[in-house]
Amino acid sequence: MTLPRVVLVDDHGLFRAGVRAELDGLVDVVGDVGTVGEAIDCIVASEPDVVLLDVQMPEGGGAEVIRGVAPRRPAVRFLALSVSDAPEDVISIIRAGARGYVTKTISGPELADAVRRVAGGDAVFSPRLAGFVLDAFAGREDAAPAVADPELDQLTAREREVLRHIARGYLYKEIALRLGISAKTVEAHVSAVLRKLQLSNRHELSRWAVQRGWVE
Amino acid sequence: MIGGSRPRAVRTSAVVTVPETQPAPFRRDRSRGILGGVCAGLGPRAGVDPLVLRMGFVLAAAAGGVGVALYVLCWALIPAGDGGGRPLVARAVGRRESWMVASGLVFLVLAVLLLFRAWGVWVGDAIVWPLILATGGGALIWRQSQGATVVEPPPRERARPGGGAGRPRRTLRLARPSLGIVALGAALICGGALVFLWLNGALDLDREVTLAVFVVVTAMTLILAPFWLRLARGLTEERAERIRTQERAELAAHLHDSVLQTLALMQKRADEPREVAALARRQERELRAWLNAGSRRRDGSSLATALEAAVAEIEDAHGVPVELVAVGDRPLDERAEALVAATREAVLNAVKFAPDAAISVYAEVNGERAEVFVRDRGPGFDLDAIPPDRRGLRESVLGRMERHGGRAAIHTRPGEGTEVELVMSG
Repeated sequence: MTLPRVVLVDDHGLFRAGVRAELDGLVDVVGDVGTVGEAIDCIVASEPDVVLLDVQMPEGGGAEVIRGVAPRRPAVRFLALSVSDAPEDVISIIRAGARGYVTKTISGPELADAVRRVAGGDAVFSPRLAGFVLDAFAGREDAAPAVADPELDQLTAREREVLRHIARGYLYKEIALRLGISAKTVEAHVSAVLRKLQLSNRHELSRWAVQRGWVE
Repeated sequence: MIGGSRPRAVRTSAVVTVPETQPAPFRRDRSRGILGGVCAGLGPRAGVDPLVLRMGFVLAAAAGGVGVALYVLCWALIPAGDGGGRPLVARAVGRRESWMVASGLVFLVLAVLLLFRAWGVWVGDAIVWPLILATGGGALIWRQSQGATVVEPPPRERARPGGGAGRPRRTLRLARPSLGIVALGAALICGGALVFLWLNGALDLDREVTLAVFVVVTAMTLILAPFWLRLARGLTEERAERIRTQERAELAAHLHDSVLQTLALMQKRADEPREVAALARRQERELRAWLNAGSRRRDGSSLATALEAAVAEIEDAHGVPVELVAVGDRPLDERAEALVAATREAVLNAVKFAPDAAISVYAEVNGERAEVFVRDRGPGFDLDAIPPDRRGLRESVLGRMERHGGRAAIHTRPGEGTEVELVMSG
């Protein structure tokens, strides 16, 4: 099995070196860069499988990198890696197109695992991200709002159940075991949630964020 | 307002009597006043009902405007009292319907003036009308320039100087005199001056002189305006800079008290990795709480905040990271408190039996139903093998939940970690 090719984008040189060392032998780090401009050039040139992306950087941050790369290299996937667990950062980078969100305290092997899953086309949700999503979509079953695309604005019972297990700290394969479904099905549910998070025009999500004072 | 001769008498008497009979210096009483608090301040000192003084001032105003001039003089010279509160008119104007109040006042004043005019108590159109216009304009401008001193930024922005997301929001809200009102005031004053000149025939007498004066004044304005503007802008910038400095100082003080202290401690204890990790974790939590102070709603005590506090306490005491994810929230009543206490016991149990494993706590509040899951990735155990007399989980968690109308379940198997499920419904 070939190792996934990874570009590391973070404005913190020390942190890049640390992640490089931790991922050594687990993935193939083909480049690490520290600015938005360099990152776009490097990713377009090297066409990695996955970009490990810092959320907060000068000149627009991770979202700007995704916007710069996506039209030219649509096959490249992004996994956000951040110290921040603030909802506005999580939601904004996911909305920009990242396939997952993990915090920087994650261990090397876990990070490598997350990279492999993103490279394989799956979504990666940390417990906290799962919590945010559940919170954002909370109370939707009973108060069905009149929306243009109700399918995008609601989670199915199964998706909700999967997210709750992620928030409770279960791994995908443990969730599959508990719910009596295959790991592939768990991943399909998570990807569906990610799609809803990215695509629904989400006045509910906006209302949720406004209520909590995260966006003006 | 009072009669023309009274204020002077009162003022001299005030000067004489202050040291002996009344130790308090003479002040305007703004909270009980109507316009500027002059009469409300004067009255008690002179032993007269303020109403009498007010009537005196009104009469004097009608008699050639002397009252107005005297009142304005008193207003300017006598300092305001220490007590808070604003005069009646200021309060009325400060309200939301200020325009209606203002127009009402204008009509009221007009009515009074016309009444005096009809009675013949009148100095003459040539003085009174321009004077009123100019007074109105002057009042508007002065009011604006006084209101411009409020520069406190909103508390929320002060609370999170860096912004939760590292994007500093520097929207400094400086109260600026709104140009419209100042312009209106200036126009009123100019109009008053012109009407005065016109009514007194000054404009007809010598058109050339008037024109010359007008041109000179315009020229002066054009010359001086940029200086004024620059001065005003300089003041604004200086204010903004001062606020920035203040914020920087606040940030520096916070970092010094917290982060630098922790870093120093960590260097000292570099040989004890567990201790260092606990210190770092604690500092991280504090810094996050500080950065997010403005964005998260943390009003009073709720289930989520209580859980946060309980988890933080355990992290501090035992040096193990516990990840808490909370969805939804509810007020902290007796049952919620029981839930928090049971959660704490469950986490402590996980710490005790799975000291090196990751611990996650997930809390979800959905309407009346509150659930908490405490999960560790430790060795797990055989539930049936625990002797029934052992308190621990059984008593402190299961018993506590049942006493408060909830229930608890333990899911575990050797080698698969442990999860404690706590449910409180209703």
